[in-house]
Amino acid sequence: MNIPENLRYTSTHEWVRFDGSQAFVGITDYAQSNLGDIVFVELPEIGAHLEVAAEAGTIESVKAVSPIYSPAAGNVVRTNAELESAPEKVNADPYESWFFVLEVSDPHAADSLLDAEAYRKICE
Amino acid sequence: MKLLFEKDVPGSNAFRFPMDDLPPATENIPHDQLRSTPVDLPELSEVEAVRHFVELSHRAFGVDDGTYALGSCTMKYSPKVNQWAAQLPGFADIHPNCVQPGADHLMCELQEMLADLTGMDAFTLQPAAGAHGELTGMMIIHAYLRDQGQNDRKVVLIPDSAHGTNPASAVMAGFTVRVVKSGPDGLVDLDDLAAKCGPDVAGLMLTNPNTLGLFEKNILEISRLVHDCGGLLYYDGANLNAIVGVARPGDMGFDVVHVNLHKTFSTPHGGGGPGAGPVGVKEFLRPYLPYPTIRRGEDGQIVFDADEEKSIGKVKSFFGNFGVCLKAYAYIKSVGYEGLKNAAQLAVLNANYLRCRLSEYFDIPFNTLCKHEFVASNLRQAPSGVRTLDIAKRLIDFKYHPPTIYFPMIVHEAMMFEPTETESKSRLDALAEAMKQIAREAETTPELVQGAPHNTVIGRPDETKAARNPVLSYKKPAQ
Repeated sequence: MNIPENLRYTSTHEWVRFDGSQAFVGITDYAQSNLGDIVFVELPEIGAHLEVAAEAGTIESVKAVSPIYSPAAGNVVRTNAELESAPEKVNADPYESWFFVLEVSDPHAADSLLDAEAYRKICE
Repeated sequence: MKLLFEKDVPGSNAFRFPMDDLPPATENIPHDQLRSTPVDLPELSEVEAVRHFVELSHRAFGVDDGTYALGSCTMKYSPKVNQWAAQLPGFADIHPNCVQPGADHLMCELQEMLADLTGMDAFTLQPAAGAHGELTGMMIIHAYLRDQGQNDRKVVLIPDSAHGTNPASAVMAGFTVRVVKSGPDGLVDLDDLAAKCGPDVAGLMLTNPNTLGLFEKNILEISRLVHDCGGLLYYDGANLNAIVGVARPGDMGFDVVHVNLHKTFSTPHGGGGPGAGPVGVKEFLRPYLPYPTIRRGEDGQIVFDADEEKSIGKVKSFFGNFGVCLKAYAYIKSVGYEGLKNAAQLAVLNANYLRCRLSEYFDIPFNTLCKHEFVASNLRQAPSGVRTLDIAKRLIDFKYHPPTIYFPMIVHEAMMFEPTETESKSRLDALAEAMKQIAREAETTPELVQGAPHNTVIGRPDETKAARNPVLSYKKPAQ
């Protein structure tokens, strides 16, 4: 199970990479492997305001449809439209396949997220 | 096997239509709506067309072929007397614009029997399927709350074990969804429910018994919590077949119910064809039912009301899928209320028997007395790399339809079995033996299970490719 040390995580299996006040959000290796082959993703709208744990989009695999949750409060500034035409990238490379970028309003947002070690415990 | 289109032999169609003496369609249809290319339908002789479909039927598997324990779907046998009744010319040949005495009595009496069996006051037969019934029911709740000036009630509570159609129906009717957790016993977590009840709650959608096959024994407390906060209770009738004749949703506090006629009342599974999901309500919701409503007048005559003032409107043309309702009517009349109760009890007995037999070889996460279905998992086979999908595929080699897999989602790698009331003990034993054999194979020759099915015309279709690149219409290859 690949859980990079430099990322933050949620208990609902999203990863977050902070870049200044911006947060790149995707789903973890554990999430993609449990979902199975992903066939469709629905991204949030650019400009949408999301609260912590709000539903930001959906991921459809051959097994199930699951929501992706926002790890922090903020506005969506970018979405990765490439995933809409090539959802298999999420399976192949989950940590490069970011879904959306949030402009995070709380500068301490990262503090309330899990580090790699804490997330590993959840997956065990 | 070739497609019909690939069997095209120009000129082999022996049927000739009379000359078209209607005015040309171009007169009434806007130019940009007219097709510009030929229709290009395949031509086959009658016998070749018949052979095509008979060959397809040989490749299909239905409950008439063997045990079909597909959990949650209730693939129960449809007694042939239902078909006989639906084919009676007096019913089969009527036009919905001229409902005759007989058909109207039948619809009215079916409504009354459904009301009797569910403990509700009024029914509509219009909805064309279970999920359509859900949408109709949620629209009724929406219209009622709006009428009461309760526009702030926008949230529908739905347990995490629910069918996916529940949140879909709630959202389509204009609500948002708040998920209620299941407790460690697989039932609605009362503390979580209490915490999520509030002045913004429109209602709760609940399946009882739930999708784990467990009866929500706290239903009266659940009902009190939801009603006390001002919400209504919606009964998803998907699992009514486990309790019909024994307990009634209306007595548990439900305000609206839908009934899947194919599950509880043995009408055929549509497979995309006609279904029926009648909706029943308590008296205070009667004005919101789709019109026309059918009721018995004081003199016993059947009355059609089209009071449009509060009604949510029509949800289906005419009176819904009358032929399906007719089959349910025939079933209820042929077995009687006592027979329905027997069927429910046998369905529960069969599920528990199979559960106990399978628990010797498979993990059963909630291994307690269940209702009509239960959920197993691959936990004991997982160490050898055998997944639930593999077990399901291997079962096909033993000439069984696989159980429902990967649902409900609260169980990891779920396998959901529902044997239904019509399977005999020897049939259940044979299924259990096949599962035992697969469990043994998973230990000794896991690759045999992982490569299944081996005895079918088609092995494992590439579901991922089909989902990512669906090809939904035939295109003739360039010549």
